[in-house]
Amino acid sequence: MIPTGFTYHRASSLKEALDLLNTHDDAKLLAGGHSLIPALKLRLNQPAHLIDISRLDDLKGIKEEGGTLVIGAGVTHGEIAHSDLVKEKVAMLAEAADLIGDVQVRNVGTIGGSLAHADPAADWPALMLAAEAEITVLGPNGSRSISAEDFFTGFYETALGEDEVLTSIRIPIPPAGTSTSYQKFMQPASRFAIVGCAAMITRTNGTCDRVRVAFTGVADKAYRAKGIEDALTGKAYDTGNIEAAVSSAAEGVDVMSDHFASEEYRSHLARVYARKALSAAS
Amino acid sequence: MTFIGKSVKRVEDQRFLTGKGRYTDDIVLPGMTYAYILRSPYAHAKILSINTSKAEAMDGVVKIFTGKDIAAAGINGVPCGWQVNFKNGDTMKEPPHPLLVADKARYAGDGVAMIIAESKEAARDAADMVDVEYEELDAVTNAADAVADGKPLVHDDAPNNMCFDWELGNPIDEVNAAMSAADHITSLEFTNQRVIPNAMEPRAAIGQYEDHSGKYTLHTTSQNPHLTRLLMCAFVLGVPEHKVRVVAPDVGGGFGSKIFHYAEEALVIWASKQLNRPVKWTSDRSEAFLTDAHGRDHISKAEMGFDKDGNILALRVKTHANLGAYLSTFAPCVPTWLHGTLLQGLYTTPKINVDVTGVFTHTTPVDAYRGAGRPEATYLLERLLDKAALEMKRDPAELRLQNFIPAFDGVKEEGYMTQVALQYDSGNYHGVLERALEMVGYEDFRKEQAAARDEGRLLGIGFSTYIEACGIAPSAVVGALGARAGLYESAQVRVQPTGKVSVYSGSHSHGQGHETTFAQVVADKLGIPLEDVEIVHGDSEAVAFGMGTYGSRSLAVGGSAIVRSIEKVLEKGAQIAAHKLEANPEDLEYAGGKWTVKGTDKSVAFGDVALTAYVPHDYPQGLEPGMDFSSFYDPANFTYPFGAHIAIVEVDKDTGKVSLKRFIAVDDVGNVINPMIVDGQIHGGLAQGIGQALFEGAIYDEYGQLTNGSYMDYTMPRADDLPSFEVDRQVTPCPHNPLGVKGAGEAGCIGSTPAVVNAVMDALAPFGIKDLEMPMTPERVWRTMNS
Amino acid sequence: MAKVELIVNGQSVEKEVEDRTLLAQFLRDTLQLTGTHVGCDTSSCGACTILVDGKAVKSCTILAVQADGSHIKTIEGMATNGALHPLQEGFKEEHGLQCGFCTPGMIMTAADLLSHNNDPSEQEIREALEGNFCRCTGYHNIVRSIQHAAKKIRSGEAAVSA
Ligand SMILES: Cc1cc2nc3c(=O)[nH]c(=O)nc-3n(C[C@H](O)[C@H](O)[C@H](O)COP(=O)(O)OP(=O)(O)OC[C@H]3O[C@@H](n4cnc5c(N)ncnc54)[C@H](O)[C@@H]3O)c2cc1C
Ligand code: FES
Ligand code: FES
Repeated sequence: MIPTGFTYHRASSLKEALDLLNTHDDAKLLAGGHSLIPALKLRLNQPAHLIDISRLDDLKGIKEEGGTLVIGAGVTHGEIAHSDLVKEKVAMLAEAADLIGDVQVRNVGTIGGSLAHADPAADWPALMLAAEAEITVLGPNGSRSISAEDFFTGFYETALGEDEVLTSIRIPIPPAGTSTSYQKFMQPASRFAIVGCAAMITRTNGTCDRVRVAFTGVADKAYRAKGIEDALTGKAYDTGNIEAAVSSAAEGVDVMSDHFASEEYRSHLARVYARKALSAAS
Repeated sequence: MTFIGKSVKRVEDQRFLTGKGRYTDDIVLPGMTYAYILRSPYAHAKILSINTSKAEAMDGVVKIFTGKDIAAAGINGVPCGWQVNFKNGDTMKEPPHPLLVADKARYAGDGVAMIIAESKEAARDAADMVDVEYEELDAVTNAADAVADGKPLVHDDAPNNMCFDWELGNPIDEVNAAMSAADHITSLEFTNQRVIPNAMEPRAAIGQYEDHSGKYTLHTTSQNPHLTRLLMCAFVLGVPEHKVRVVAPDVGGGFGSKIFHYAEEALVIWASKQLNRPVKWTSDRSEAFLTDAHGRDHISKAEMGFDKDGNILALRVKTHANLGAYLSTFAPCVPTWLHGTLLQGLYTTPKINVDVTGVFTHTTPVDAYRGAGRPEATYLLERLLDKAALEMKRDPAELRLQNFIPAFDGVKEEGYMTQVALQYDSGNYHGVLERALEMVGYEDFRKEQAAARDEGRLLGIGFSTYIEACGIAPSAVVGALGARAGLYESAQVRVQPTGKVSVYSGSHSHGQGHETTFAQVVADKLGIPLEDVEIVHGDSEAVAFGMGTYGSRSLAVGGSAIVRSIEKVLEKGAQIAAHKLEANPEDLEYAGGKWTVKGTDKSVAFGDVALTAYVPHDYPQGLEPGMDFSSFYDPANFTYPFGAHIAIVEVDKDTGKVSLKRFIAVDDVGNVINPMIVDGQIHGGLAQGIGQALFEGAIYDEYGQLTNGSYMDYTMPRADDLPSFEVDRQVTPCPHNPLGVKGAGEAGCIGSTPAVVNAVMDALAPFGIKDLEMPMTPERVWRTMNS
Repeated sequence: MAKVELIVNGQSVEKEVEDRTLLAQFLRDTLQLTGTHVGCDTSSCGACTILVDGKAVKSCTILAVQADGSHIKTIEGMATNGALHPLQEGFKEEHGLQCGFCTPGMIMTAADLLSHNNDPSEQEIREALEGNFCRCTGYHNIVRSIQHAAKKIRSGEAAVSA
């Protein structure tokens, strides 16, 4: 229950956060703390410095900017779940946010913290991939943008540099005729995702023009199921086509196994949840 | 004014609702130090060396004790309170259970060193700097495996890891003969998995020593402070009992896990004397998973024989019970006398034999957990009944009704003698099941189920009927069965000079609401306002003696002790009243808080009599002043609550996930003092029993590591996992205690597990599935559907 | 060490604590507000739930320094002038507590729920309690307690607006 000792710094600006990050070895950013503090308490993580960025206005807010939905890294899951703008523009994000943890976790945990943490069972990564988000990060040499596809590099690993701060998430607002859904099969104890599937389909006259499907929880990192996307693109949106497409849900990845879900069962769930997400996105 | 039978709101709630509850960890004493216990990360390992010098040099560290220090101080291990003998008469193997181990760790969590510091933080930091060199050894975790030849031994002097083997019931030859005559035999091999109690308040203990008086005080999260004091003083530390006060203040749930005397209690008491400062230890949840005694963990093979009409002829059971690495306080009793004796169930089974082997493994000790033995017995019987119905193509409810023991009230009709050593007190088993069937709308459900099946949906209904032995327990009986203590209860009723009443009870409330229920009994029997009664419990200094709260015993035994003391109050009061009224005591009647001369309006109030007892100027000759009575109530028999539970579930074909749709419970717990509280007890028990069926279960790996020892991996039932419960009651009074009560604490937990499992099996019947292990997790269910 | 200034149950407090002090520990050990409980070490059980600026937060998962400057409400601050809050009353009336250990956290989470939904359905209540474990009640009466409080709050508001 008791973390090892550290020095706490509250950054008053993004610049100060970057400076602190660069001057201190063994420093960690602290956003909502809902991944970091549990790890500190169990002493799985023992940093010497914590840099609190949770109050930085620059990381707050959800807005629309010329066809892009911009979500600050410091926005909480709860704020996304309740945002009318999000519900209107990319509904699956609000739907997913509401399935993260519990009310208390959603009141504090942030999307930026979740992405930086890159838990293989976290929800956001699947949504970022399906929504083709661009993740903006700020480092000593300025800002850069990383596509979601490039961002998640492995088990708790991202393309984020040690001296960088994730500042915002930019999501292209999908064209009219797009519907989205996020479906999650929860690990019953922790309620993280055993399988989370985000689906986004743009249709004209019942034909799928553009399909994006991504999974979390299945492999060591979230991934896009290109097999499903290709199989459904250009096809009629119907049960038969969906059923055929989802068969490849867990193909080409190393499926995880634990005592809640073996590799075989997880692969099966990936197919079931792909079907649910694709069917719900109607 | 009558209070008995009313849902009086709880008097204890005010403090809990305003944050004024006082739990052990809330207590801070002047000069207090904080202990952290360093535990073995290995399930089985030699301790080659321990180096504490770096840790000892750290800021704030006061002292570090290791197993060697404990051994050098000549401190005995934690004792076991129940003895079970081998079939050949040899006493069970009872290896020492040291407070801290010096040479060998026998489960992951075994205490190795105690670090005491000025703050929790300093103690925790120092623990990281203690160097322990281990040599890891092979471990065994499964009870059925552990008895095989050549397996690693938990204790060198327990060959084949056997603690005892034990048998009860009819001679095996008779049972075998009955079984061979059967037309149908249903058999079942299953694990009743290990579950972890998880009271929400983690254990804590504070030891305090006063050098001027030589007195110790232990504050502890206990269900029975006196028993803890007795065990700790007499068997562990050898300190004089009258110099030790044990207080169990507000306790945040127990469910069995806080009955037992734990090493940490003795450690903080002993250390407080060494340091002459208070020492507090508070468990983390991770530590609780490893060190609170676990429950269940039976591996059984059971067979039930039927004649061609479905009458039960015989039951044969072989069980391997996992006891963990050491014997916890009641451990040997649970799989034997609390399990074997309940295998008659509600049925007229004429021949029963049960054979139980108690086994040591490199796991956390296993002991009583809500229901203790009785859920295991009920699970076994009720799975057998449902499976038999399926195999014999009989309706499961009907098959039960056919085999039930006919109703008997225990007064006009005698108690029912079982084949397994008990005599049931009173029962009406058909009544509860019939009521439950009515509540569920059985016929309609079967129609709905058929319609759902046509749509490809899997609905299932599951039954469970149970009986339990509660009101633990008649001392002579349990003494003969191996208990090393009597299981009576004490109560002192002190009438204050103003007529207010203080009751000192040996029962302990950790959620059960004694402060309300007991007060209802007292106020009713004395005809005084509820506010005039105060219930005191949980402090060995205030309460003469007590055996505590478990085994659904508080009201049946502790409440009866209160009634006995009240009878003494009334008897003495009558003498005083008679004197005041110038009448004969026999001519008085007591009602409405006053003694009245029968047939007249001459009366004297309770308060006046009380005052007279303490100001005895004008007083019956030869009568002692004062009005303060103690009683020790030793019950004549166990009590036998019973009931019928029905679960309705839906299984998701795609994922195997089970949703509990409805849960109906009709329980007969005898007379009811406070229906609101009884319902609450049932609800809580149901959730725990459902938890075992669907969610919970300890998982050990081959190295003896508990792999799901946290809430991230051990599934606790949450609000949205459960439906609202539909509960009802039948009342068959207990004929042998003055309140006619039977006990309600464990009923919900005993009946619910098999009901849910049977419902899942019913839902899966179209797949031809007959057996499935608990917990019925989605993958497990999905696999059977697809195998 | 860090200085922490908070408004706790309407009163300002200012203390020096170690940087690593969790808000739950700060409330319990430093302020002796022991109504806030700690039931786990994985941020799961919700026994430690309090309101930070009106929102339910697990106080075991936030540092005391992190909360600097916030308004904190704990179970000790729920009753006003000795009158129980509708939730406290609801828990008493509907027997929503047994051992009482989970109760403060339950009430604080329910307070967050009722602050934005004063007529929650049973399902909404059960979902809102997702982050709060109770081992005693099976949740049945907790749901009733919150419904009781919601009704009371609604009728109070009706009376005010009428
Ligand atoms: C009980 C519980 C249940 C949960 N259930 C779920 C669930 O169902 N699904 C789910 O997805 N998650 C779940 N979570 C995790 C939760 O969503 C966390 O809030 C989230 O993962 C981390 O966000 P945070 O703001 O709390 O980050 P923090 O814990 O503060 O930080 C996490 C990591 O990211 C780094 N970091 C934070 N912000 C930035 C930034 N802007 N730039 C660079 N690095 C940064 C930190 O240094 C740290 O290493 C749960 C957590 C708890 C406690
Ligand atoms: S103590 Fe905070 S969630 Fe358990
Ligand atoms: S009342 Fe005991 S944990 Fe909820």
